[in-house]
Amino acid sequence: MANKIIAWVDRRFPLTSFVKHELTGYPTPRNLSYWWNFGFLAGFVLVLQVVTGIFLAMHYKADVNLSFDSIQHIMRDVNYGWLLRYMHATGASAFFLVIFIHMARTLYYGSYRRPRELLWWTGQGLLILLMATAFMGYLLPWGQMSFWGATVITNLFRATPFVGDQIVIWLRGDFTVGDATLTRFFALHYLFPFLIVGAVVVHLVALHTVKSSNPSGIDLSHKDNIPFHPYFTAKDFYGLGWFLIVYCVFVFFYPDSLMEPANNIPANPMLTPNHIVPEWYFLPFYAILRSVPNMVGGVVAMGLSVMIFAFMPYLDRSRIPGGAHYRPVYRVLVYIFALDMLVLGYVGYTPPTDGTILLGQIAAFVYFMTFLCLPFISKAEENWLLKRGFHPELEALVAAEQSAIALRNGGGVK
Amino acid sequence: MANDETLAQPGRRDFLTQITAAVGGVGVAAACVPFVASMNPSSDVLAKATTEVDISHIPPDGVHTVPWQGKPVFIFHRTEEQIKQMQASNGVLDPATDKTRVQQPQWLVVVGVCTHMGCVPNKEGPGWVCHCHGSEYDDSGRVIRGPAPKNLEVPPYHFVDDSRIVIGVA
Repeated sequence: MANKIIAWVDRRFPLTSFVKHELTGYPTPRNLSYWWNFGFLAGFVLVLQVVTGIFLAMHYKADVNLSFDSIQHIMRDVNYGWLLRYMHATGASAFFLVIFIHMARTLYYGSYRRPRELLWWTGQGLLILLMATAFMGYLLPWGQMSFWGATVITNLFRATPFVGDQIVIWLRGDFTVGDATLTRFFALHYLFPFLIVGAVVVHLVALHTVKSSNPSGIDLSHKDNIPFHPYFTAKDFYGLGWFLIVYCVFVFFYPDSLMEPANNIPANPMLTPNHIVPEWYFLPFYAILRSVPNMVGGVVAMGLSVMIFAFMPYLDRSRIPGGAHYRPVYRVLVYIFALDMLVLGYVGYTPPTDGTILLGQIAAFVYFMTFLCLPFISKAEENWLLKRGFHPELEALVAAEQSAIALRNGGGVK
Repeated sequence: MANDETLAQPGRRDFLTQITAAVGGVGVAAACVPFVASMNPSSDVLAKATTEVDISHIPPDGVHTVPWQGKPVFIFHRTEEQIKQMQASNGVLDPATDKTRVQQPQWLVVVGVCTHMGCVPNKEGPGWVCHCHGSEYDDSGRVIRGPAPKNLEVPPYHFVDDSRIVIGVA
C-alpha cells in the first residue's frame, strides 16, 4: 500500500529521486571533521527559534504599555512560559555561536574559495538577516537595554547622506523609538525568520551544486564521496547531542548569564543607563563603531567590518590547495584574526576610557589590516611554498588526485 | 493585426515592449508610496509636537527635564557665574556663541539627546557627559569632547510669560 502511494506521488512529483539525490544519497566527502557539523546545527537552531518564537508570540503583546508586563506574564503565569522564553533567548546566542564557528571553519579551511563564492555570499546574506532579526527581537521586551540599544542602532542611519534624519524618523515611525517602532519591529521579527528559511534554501541549492568542501581543500569527489545517510546523519546527530547538552546547561542553569540585568527595568526614554552594551555577539562590531572618532566614519567602518568577509574569495590570491592546515602563514593570520575578535569583544564590553579606546583602535586597525594585507601575504606565501615544497600530506593528496584524474580520462598512471 | 509592414519593423515592437515595461515600473513604484508613507510618523504622533512647561519652580543651577516629542528636553536655570563663563567661550567642535543658543541668558533650553548616537547625557559638574561613548557638553550645550559631532540641539520654543515656555513653536 505504502509503495503504491509513493509510486502514485512519484509519477506527479519527484519525491523519491529528490530524497535520494539531495538527502540520503547526497554525495559527501568522507573526511569531513566535526567542524562540518555546524551548518546542520545552524539549521536546527533556526527551527528551534521559529518554534519557540511562534509560541511566545501567542502570549506577547507589542505595545509600549503592555509589552514589558507581558514578558513578566510569560515568565510567571504562562505554563512553561519561562522555558519558552529562556530557550528563545539562549537560542539567539546559540545561533550566533554556531554561525561564528561555521564561518571560522570556512575561513580556516578556505571553503570560500572557487567554486564556492556564491555559497559564501549567500551565507553572508544570511548573517545580515540573522543580525537584523536578533536586533529587532531584542527590542520586544521593552527594557532599558532594549530601548537604548534600538535607539543607538537606528541612530546609525543618521549617517545616510542628505536624508539621514528623515530616514531615522521613518524607520522609527516617531521622533524617538516608540510604540510605532515596537509594533513594526515585532511584525518584522516575525517575518524575517521566514526570509531566512528562504535564504537557507538558496544556500543549500548552492551547496548541493558545488558540494561540500573538505578539510584537505582538494576536490576528492572521484573516489572519496560517500552517501550522506547513514554516515553524516549519524555524525550530525551525535554532534547535536553535544550541542544540546551545552545549550541545556545554559537554558536550565544559567539562563540569565547572557542577559543584561538593566533589561529588567522598563524602558525609560528620559534616562540612559550609564553603561549600555549590545548583546555579546555584536560586541566586536560595536567596538569598531566606537573606535572611530568620527560618527559617519564609525558607521562606515562597522558596516565594512561585517561586509568585508564577502571579499575573501578575491582577497585570498593563493592557489595552494588545502586550508590553513597546509598554509603556515595563512594559519597564523587566522589565529591573529580570531584573537583580535576577542580583544574587540572585550573593548566593546568595557565603558569607553582612554585606554580601552586606544586598544580598540589598535584592534580595529589589525582587523582591517588582516583583510587588506591578505592579497600580498597570500601571494608571497604561495611563492614561498612553491619554492620550499608543500606539506608532505598535501603532496601525497595532490599526487593521488592527479593519478585519479588521469585514470578517469582513460590514461594510465605514469 | 500584424501585416507585412509591421512585421518588417521589429524595432517598433521592441519600443512598445520597453514603453509598457517602463509604465508598469512607474506603476509599481507608485504603488509602493503608501506602504513607505505608512511607516512615517502618524497624525497622533505628530500631534504631540508641542509641550508647555512651567519653569518658575526650577531653582538656580537646577535642571528640569521634560518630554517633547518623546525626547527629553533639558531646561537649565543658569547662575550669573555660569552665564559669564559661557559667554566668554565659544565651544570647541561646533563653535557657536552662547547668545545664539539662548533667548534669555538664565534659561538654557536644549534637546537632551546626544548628537552622536542618541543617548541622554547626564548633568555632571559643569555641563553634561554622555556615558554611552564619552561625549561632553558645556553649560551652553556645546560639544567640547567627541565623538559627538554637533552641539545639543536647541528646539524651537518661546516664552508665554516669565514663568512658562512652549516647546515646539518658535
